[in-house]
Amino acid sequence: MPRPFTPKVITANALLEGDVIWFTADDGWTRNMNSAEVLTDEAHATLRLLDAELQQDQVVGAYLADVSMEGGAPAPTHFREEFRLCGPSNYPGHGRAGQEA
Amino acid sequence: MYRYSEFDRAFLAERNAQFRAQVERRIDGFLTEEEFKPLRLMNGLYLQLHAYMLRVAIPYGTLNSAQMRQLALLADTWDKGYGHFTTRQNIQYNWPKLKDIPDMLDALAKVGLHAIQTSGNTIRNVTADHFAGAAADEIADPRPVAELIRQWSTDHPEFQFLPRKFKIAITGSQHDRAVTRAHDIGLRMVQQDGAAGFEVIVGGGLGRTPMIGNVIKDFLPKADLLPYLEAIVAVYNTLGRRDNKYKARIKITVHEHGIENIQRLVEAKYALIRPQFTGIDQQMLAAIKAQLALPDLSANDTQAYDLKYKTDPVFRSWADTNLTAHKRDDHAIVTVSLKAHGATPGDATADQMRLLADLAAQYGHDELRISHEQNVILPHVARADLPALHAALQGAGLATANVGLISDIIACPGMDYCALATARSIPIAQAIANRFNDLKLEHDVGPLKLKISGCINACGHHHVGHIGILGLDRGGVETYQITLGGDGTEAATLGERTGPGFSCEEITPAIERIVQAYLDLRQSRDETFLQAYRRVGLSPFKAALYPEASEKNAA
Ligand code: HEM
Ligand code: SF4
Repeated sequence: MPRPFTPKVITANALLEGDVIWFTADDGWTRNMNSAEVLTDEAHATLRLLDAELQQDQVVGAYLADVSMEGGAPAPTHFREEFRLCGPSNYPGHGRAGQEA
Repeated sequence: MYRYSEFDRAFLAERNAQFRAQVERRIDGFLTEEEFKPLRLMNGLYLQLHAYMLRVAIPYGTLNSAQMRQLALLADTWDKGYGHFTTRQNIQYNWPKLKDIPDMLDALAKVGLHAIQTSGNTIRNVTADHFAGAAADEIADPRPVAELIRQWSTDHPEFQFLPRKFKIAITGSQHDRAVTRAHDIGLRMVQQDGAAGFEVIVGGGLGRTPMIGNVIKDFLPKADLLPYLEAIVAVYNTLGRRDNKYKARIKITVHEHGIENIQRLVEAKYALIRPQFTGIDQQMLAAIKAQLALPDLSANDTQAYDLKYKTDPVFRSWADTNLTAHKRDDHAIVTVSLKAHGATPGDATADQMRLLADLAAQYGHDELRISHEQNVILPHVARADLPALHAALQGAGLATANVGLISDIIACPGMDYCALATARSIPIAQAIANRFNDLKLEHDVGPLKLKISGCINACGHHHVGHIGILGLDRGGVETYQITLGGDGTEAATLGERTGPGFSCEEITPAIERIVQAYLDLRQSRDETFLQAYRRVGLSPFKAALYPEASEKNAA
């Protein structure tokens, strides 16, 4: 049996700032992970990634990242996404992604 | 200090203008990321986890005070007030914005610095012994040759699209402080019949397939260097694999074809191109040499130093670890540690950079060096000035007396910054340094090189650390693998894996067990960790690391 599809968000880096952003349901980008569109269907997720990748003039390197919905809002499941959300551990506050969350 | 010629200045200005236009086209949407990426990489611009990163070359690690001040200005103006010095004698800015990069490059050009060929499949920044030009054990200063190689390799039309990146390191000393055996080409100055030439080493490298380089030429006369290098790179350019990124480095080419074959091909190519080098390169070399000459060092009375050394234990401790013998007895080479316990290895704030620039101007003939061990060096300081220098460093958190000790850790940026990382390295370095500072043990332990990489690419040189740590992702958990017995000197050796890895929480106690095992088994204080390891091998350390396993075996 194929593995069940786990919830995902689309994330990338902003073209100009270089910082971490997430794709929203209205084809925009947010710096607040809570506002990201959470994708629970595999086929839909694939299409949405194509939509995100169309925005070459705004973002770099869009991809699907796993999230958990246990707290009601999307939260990273892998430590890499956790660090992307929180910023570097050696200078708390230097990361910009988490600031509006 | 090498001074840019009109040609250098014009070239750099044009190149920066070109890149400015490329950045504008990218921002305006006329270039896709796919089109832009190779262009930005040609100019040292990466995209990391949280931001862009600009990597600026510090050719053969040499800076003057004006350049250091400019690096501080960049940190203040376009970054978050600091910079990160790396194992490749570069400085990385972790937070620039894309639109600011052209201005940063123009600011660098004002002081003769650039980011060209700090990434991409080109000949990268040439690295050198950080004590070059000052070390007591040196045959000759290798930096004029390094500068010649930089000029030859920069924008070399044939070598802009090599199969993979290409790194050259050079040393002029018997003692190899430039890790020449772990570079695509390593050059070690040697003497034959009174003439200086080079031992040429090829095919070393770290990364996922670490290899110690092979000697391809025992003795190459100095005047033949450029054509010989050109022959090696040309042979690699033809033979190197372009089908598989992981097999594209010259170490794999040498491994697949055999050193004898490569040697034959290089000699044939060399014979062909040697006549094209008519001696202009040697005229250039002579001119460069004059610009990089040893400054006029006046004779100095060392009494003030001797007295301070005798009476001030803090100064003495610093002098014992952070000074190295200079060509002249009345001078010393000062290594300023960027490894204050708990700080990020290799980071310097803009204020610290400015202070170092001032101190270099005041006490150090305006010269600074950046070491691959991520420290800053003042190569020519009169011993009489050391007490004042030390006091000034103390005021800025720059007087940590730990050079060469366990807390003088090399750490790559790891997953705090790097998009390729599989685990963090910086917090591990911080935790280990803090722990050994608490134990007040490191001076007793003595020379011990600990190096950490956050993935298999090995930017933190972990394979050649006496203790190496490699951060991996094992089933979604940061896991740290240990290697022991590595060595980056002329006796280069790759470390041996100890066994299963450790978690973030377990790794510091694990390192402590290794060090404790060493203290228990060393024959005397004079037997260093590496010597002890070479005498006893892996097993006593394994027993200390994995006590449960050895109990089980005994049962
Ligand atoms: C954006 C950050 C970085 C990226 C993407 C990166 C990428 C890489 C990659 C892919 C390799 C493996 C090359 C191969 O095996 O063919 C490598 C090796 C290496 N890098 Fe980095 N690196 C980064 C930062 C650094 C830093 C900060 C340093 C210095 C502290 C550094 C120094 C080195 C060294 C010494 C090696 C091993 C020598 C070799 O090339 O075989 N890198 N890097
Ligand atoms: S070793 Fe890996 S994690 Fe560390 S800087 Fe290099 S590529 Fe990044």
